[in-house]
Amino acid sequence: MAYNKRLLLKGNEAAVYGALLAGCDCYFGYPITPASEIAQAAALLFPKLNRTFVQAESEIGAINMVIGCAAAGRRTMTASSGLGISLKQEGMSYLAAYEMPAVIVDVMRGGPGLGNIGPEQSDYFQVVKGGGHGSYRCLVFTPNSVQEMCDMVYQAFPMAEKYRMPAYVLTDGVIGQMMESLELPEPVKYDYDPEWKMGRRVNGEANIISSIYMEYNDLEALNIRLQEKYALIQKTEQQVEEIAVDDAELVLVAYGISSRVAQGAVEILRAEGLKVGLIRPKMVFPFPQDSLKRAAEHVKGFLCCEHSAGQMIEDIRLTIECKRPVKLCNRMGGNLLTVADVCDAARKMLKEVK
Amino acid sequence: MSEKVKFGRSKVFFDTFHRRPGPIKKNMHYCPGCGHGILHKLVAEAIEHFGIQENTTPIAPVGCAVFAYYYFNVGSISVPHGRAPAVGTGAGRANPESYVISYQGDGDLAAIGFNEFLQAANRGEKMTVFFVNNSNYGMTGGQMAPTTLPGQKTTTSPYGRNPETEGYPTPVCEIVNSLTAPVYIERVALTTPGRVAAAKKAVYKGIQNLKERKGFSLIEVVAPCPINLKMSADQVNEFIEKQMLNYFPLGCLRDKTAELPEGKLPPPVIRDEESVREILFPKRNENAVAADFRNTSDIFDQELRVKIGGFGGQGVLSLGVMLANMARLRNFNVSWMPSYGPEQRGGAACCAVTVSRKAIPSPIIDRGGNLLIAMTQAAFDKYIGELREDGILIYDHTAVKLPELPAAMKTYGIDALDIAGNQLGNSKFANSVLIGALAAVLAKNGMNEADQADFSRAFAEAVEEKFGKKPGAVEANINAYNAGIAAMK
Amino acid sequence: MAKKFRIEIAADECKGCYRCLAVCPKKLIARGKELNIQGYFAVTVAEPGNCIGCGSCFYQCPEPGAITIYEEE
Repeated sequence: MAYNKRLLLKGNEAAVYGALLAGCDCYFGYPITPASEIAQAAALLFPKLNRTFVQAESEIGAINMVIGCAAAGRRTMTASSGLGISLKQEGMSYLAAYEMPAVIVDVMRGGPGLGNIGPEQSDYFQVVKGGGHGSYRCLVFTPNSVQEMCDMVYQAFPMAEKYRMPAYVLTDGVIGQMMESLELPEPVKYDYDPEWKMGRRVNGEANIISSIYMEYNDLEALNIRLQEKYALIQKTEQQVEEIAVDDAELVLVAYGISSRVAQGAVEILRAEGLKVGLIRPKMVFPFPQDSLKRAAEHVKGFLCCEHSAGQMIEDIRLTIECKRPVKLCNRMGGNLLTVADVCDAARKMLKEVK
Repeated sequence: MSEKVKFGRSKVFFDTFHRRPGPIKKNMHYCPGCGHGILHKLVAEAIEHFGIQENTTPIAPVGCAVFAYYYFNVGSISVPHGRAPAVGTGAGRANPESYVISYQGDGDLAAIGFNEFLQAANRGEKMTVFFVNNSNYGMTGGQMAPTTLPGQKTTTSPYGRNPETEGYPTPVCEIVNSLTAPVYIERVALTTPGRVAAAKKAVYKGIQNLKERKGFSLIEVVAPCPINLKMSADQVNEFIEKQMLNYFPLGCLRDKTAELPEGKLPPPVIRDEESVREILFPKRNENAVAADFRNTSDIFDQELRVKIGGFGGQGVLSLGVMLANMARLRNFNVSWMPSYGPEQRGGAACCAVTVSRKAIPSPIIDRGGNLLIAMTQAAFDKYIGELREDGILIYDHTAVKLPELPAAMKTYGIDALDIAGNQLGNSKFANSVLIGALAAVLAKNGMNEADQADFSRAFAEAVEEKFGKKPGAVEANINAYNAGIAAMK
Repeated sequence: MAKKFRIEIAADECKGCYRCLAVCPKKLIARGKELNIQGYFAVTVAEPGNCIGCGSCFYQCPEPGAITIYEEE
């Protein structure tokens, strides 16, 4: 049978295709703008494959259903936005402590508080830095297109399992809401008897999943092991796209929708003869430290473009140990940076650092 | 003469509690006289009796029973406070062959996790909940619980629970009994041998319901907590009998299990690759162009940036989606971005469509547009500034009054709503009329003859994709498209 | 012939809550006088062979293996 794998989908819908094709069995979620199409598409498509869609009673309910499904050894996903992710942080901390995989899509909206449904990138701190209690990290993919919404969800499952930890797919209202042409990947099968599965028996003893360690040394040992795992990931799993960085005097750093705008700006600025490049993290944990450190050797400065008061910019400064000036080009509240905004900021910064 | 064990340690328990830290490996961690131990024994015995140890997964709460997994040799998970029914929902749905037990205390179930619990009950999840009601928070040192009695002193109600400000004991079984889905609800107490025998019967029933997949069962167990209540075994029994049971009357509130057939497992998840493809991937259209097909007109070599604005109901968004689909069917990269934000609900509607052979950088159109379709004066006023001076404007003839515009700008008025509503009989065809008009406009602006014919074919394919299953819809839309071409000629 | 039962207490597993004392129809169980390894005065059974196998004490006891009742075969 000949199929058409080239579709026009919303970013949110593409995430659901990515999940199903990766072998995700269960979706648990609570509707929230601008992520609701994920729940809607899941409600439509999961049952067609006899898979499970549950509209949870709350964000907390949803993430705990995800915990249950992951404990049962199945691929599982949930999705939300800003304030919903805030509510899920309890469960994220437990997933990290259990060392269990799950995929969580965050389609960011404006904050703080109820904010609005406009696009922002202000969940960076709560998603990238841990967010809940305890010293933990999550894998964080940052798609900037509908194609990547599908591909990165698809990719997030095996990586979450490889490292036994939750993986976020962190995007924004624009990428979630817009439609683009994309090529769907092939369906995969995966091992349905993972080692962490609750009740799996080894020598007659049933596997259990717990995050409580009464002995201080045991809990410290868990923490040390987690940090070693995170260090390994930081070293080996960085994903980044570099555009015109090699000879750049100024490098823009942006992810998600900001990176699309920044890419448009790079094209215009290069046409003007200005040596501007773009480093686009495709993951923000692990952070693209190698790419930024290399660029820091030759560029005169970095311009971080993000739709927040400046969250990722802190990681850029930490990475390059403040060797070069790092400035912020931002909008907030649901307003989007325009290509012109970024061009203006880049021209201004180039003058300042020359 | 030989002996057999008549009553003894259940085989569902580990013989030695090696998971429990410290030197004590045969005992549970519970205080002397605690009801949890008694209930654990009943549950273990019932699991053994019904032979479901292999697939039983008790979900351990936060509270005294957090360490239940030290004792039962079954797959288990210790979960966030109050979330056991949600975790159980996930585990049970993911693995329908498992038998999910949610084991919870007063605070876990009736306070911090009451929503998760009630919602699971209301969904009729196939799980059995054991709810240990001992009138206080045991693990944290005897604080007030939702089940604390009026006047009862605890560490956080040192003057006694005051119903004026702290309400009354939460009647969990009675609340659940107001829901339709649960199949079995019973309240038992762990006091006299007779009461314990009734509790054992209820526990067995709860486990049997699991085995037979009957639905949601709730067994509330009014249990002794002598240490926190600072009572002896006899005193705590008396406290339960004479005081607690006034608020928590014993008995079976509901048992629908006899009338229910054994539950069936859901159909197996479809995983094999070919079936997944068949279900998720649309069938390839026989008329589809080859993957290397390229339209030859020069106008398609640039990035085309189209803005469409009007008000909701004019089909502005679906017009954009139709154009985006046509471009996709011709192997272009395409982005469609809706107006997004409060505008979405306020009557005005707008979308941007970017079509390119290359990767599309910003999908946001705020300047440098090639084409503007303006259906209202407001949309025209708002977006005309984004159109290039040599761009193409298609506007609603009646709605939009054109000011002085740059000489290089090409403007085309059409009354799409009138054509659709009055000539074709339904204003919903305005979209297709406009795409027809666009075909004619592109033909006047450099789209060659081959691509003109292909544009119509691409439209037909896109309409077929969208309306193929609705009788007459494809023809009606093609008809409207042709009316648009005719109007623009 | 009537069935014969025997009650056995694992003294080190008793936590001295004494829930079993009152429920024994034969009043076979008593508070002991010696501390066990957990620091409790474990219960004792004076005439274990007089047990009638009702199981009341077993189900009152919160510990999984502190009380075992055997039946002669």
